[in-house]
Amino acid sequence: MKTKFLELKNVSKSFGKVNALERVNFYIKGEPEIVSLIGDNGAGKSTLIKIISGIHTLNYGEIYINSKKMKNWSVIKSRASGIETVYQDRALAFQQTIARNIFMGRELTGIFGFLKSKLQFAEADRLMRTIGFTSKAFASDSIVNKLSGGERQGVAIARALYFKANLMILDEPTTALSLTESEKVFDFIRHAKESGTSCIFITHNVYHAYSVSDRYVILDRGEIVMETDREHTTAEQLVKDMQKIAQSHDKVREGIKNGRS
Amino acid sequence: MADLEKKQTNLDCNPEFRRSRGGIINFLENNRRPLSALMVFIILMLFFIIAKPKMFLDWGIYDAVFRSLPILIVIALPLVFVIVSGEIDLSYVSNMLFSLWIFAAAAKAGWNPFLCMLLAILGGAIIGLINGVLVNHIGLKSIMATIGMKFLLQGLVAGGSSIMPIPLNFLKDTLFYNTFVGKIGNFPVQMIWAVISLVIATLLFNYHKFGSHISCVGDNLESSREMGIRTVRVKTLAFLYVGIASAFAGVLSGLIYLSFEPVSGSPDELMLAVLASVFIGGTPTAGGVGTIFGAFIGACTIRFIQTGVIEIGLSGFWTQFFNGLIILIALISHKFHKSR
Repeated sequence: MKTKFLELKNVSKSFGKVNALERVNFYIKGEPEIVSLIGDNGAGKSTLIKIISGIHTLNYGEIYINSKKMKNWSVIKSRASGIETVYQDRALAFQQTIARNIFMGRELTGIFGFLKSKLQFAEADRLMRTIGFTSKAFASDSIVNKLSGGERQGVAIARALYFKANLMILDEPTTALSLTESEKVFDFIRHAKESGTSCIFITHNVYHAYSVSDRYVILDRGEIVMETDREHTTAEQLVKDMQKIAQSHDKVREGIKNGRS
Repeated sequence: MADLEKKQTNLDCNPEFRRSRGGIINFLENNRRPLSALMVFIILMLFFIIAKPKMFLDWGIYDAVFRSLPILIVIALPLVFVIVSGEIDLSYVSNMLFSLWIFAAAAKAGWNPFLCMLLAILGGAIIGLINGVLVNHIGLKSIMATIGMKFLLQGLVAGGSSIMPIPLNFLKDTLFYNTFVGKIGNFPVQMIWAVISLVIATLLFNYHKFGSHISCVGDNLESSREMGIRTVRVKTLAFLYVGIASAFAGVLSGLIYLSFEPVSGSPDELMLAVLASVFIGGTPTAGGVGTIFGAFIGACTIRFIQTGVIEIGLSGFWTQFFNGLIILIALISHKFHKSR
């Protein structure tokens, strides 16, 4: 087995007095895998991915990339290690072509900064093929605002792929999307994995996430309370597990109430 | 799992569909803004030709229009960059005057006119750069900052020159004069410069990463920054470009009218004519998209209205009416394009 690409050891993060994450251990395997982070609001999912992408600094703990300990983890270091955050469709320039969006800020240029437009279109085409962007109506010179929500996510994913990301982070990629659109996005993610990119995403919908993910990490109140993979569980089982976790809260709450009264 | 495999076979069935589409329909679709501007222009010209065939089938009127049209074109094209980047510049006519003043004063002092022109362009570039810094580095609203610059320059030129015109008659028929505003046969040379500026602006806008950056910045500033575009620098460069072009246009106008006039003329009318050229051409005010060729056609439309209205026998006051009408039609057509 290859060494783990990413490893978080004993990571803690607090905002003031609120402990957002407590002694979390998390990893991404060396070979491509898709991990879904599941949990209630305030469970620490967003905090976790923001730590991985370097937006939040950690209070305590260690980050390893390919078993190498990283010091002063930051957005820049995160990117340099091949971790790309896909900022959903709001990160796209809607009135520009798909190709221009994919190469935004990192255009392929020849002499004197002139664009290699044909090469850009061809590369964009190849990337969209890689993620299985299947639409007869669109080409890499189509304008982004003609695409559906899921397809826009696809463009954002293709952009991350072009830079040979080892790991893609998506924050609730399917929240605002219909079922078919979500399926499209998951399809893009599957194809990205086939081409060698791992993926972490946050989701609320266990049924959605079940088929696409290799591994499920359930967070609760800043702690990882459960970790399992597709071979060892079913969607129904996952939902039951989550309900159990939620019920344990209720019991605690009731306990507090009873204790006070 | 079976579902996934099935999907992938579907994908393999038509591996060719995502090629960049070509064809006439796609061309029309992608260029509908400049093409509709061209349509408006052609209809306008047909109208003039039918109304006054003798006048509009004669070279004379085109000669007259081509003499002054380049001034409009030379500024309007770079202005597209500023507007696409999501800003506006209203100081270019004052900058023209300022640069022409530099040129005229230096030429009168007996300097080589080519050198004087370089000086003027340097002056215009500095003003453009200051505009860019005020708007992008300091963060002022471009509409207010450039209005401030407009009045500042007008006042500077009027005060500095003591409102004394500088005649430039001594330049007539020199090599310099013939290079920029001479004639090749019956054709005004300045129109060739207008076409050169069209080529340069088109190359920059459509085939250079500068144009790509400008469009992305105007479309989604946040994301452009996130993706590593140096947004502040790119936007400042657009103002610099307008500054340089204004200076060139200023010198051209000085040569065409063979004089530097500190207060005469109607600078605001020229300013609005340039803006109208950009909007009529199909560049919307919102930023993110624009068309260089459209602005070129827009400038032609504006200038031919100004000439044509008078030739048709209406009073000159009607030009404003028709300019206004065309602008409103252009804006309505923008709405139509956007809703598609």
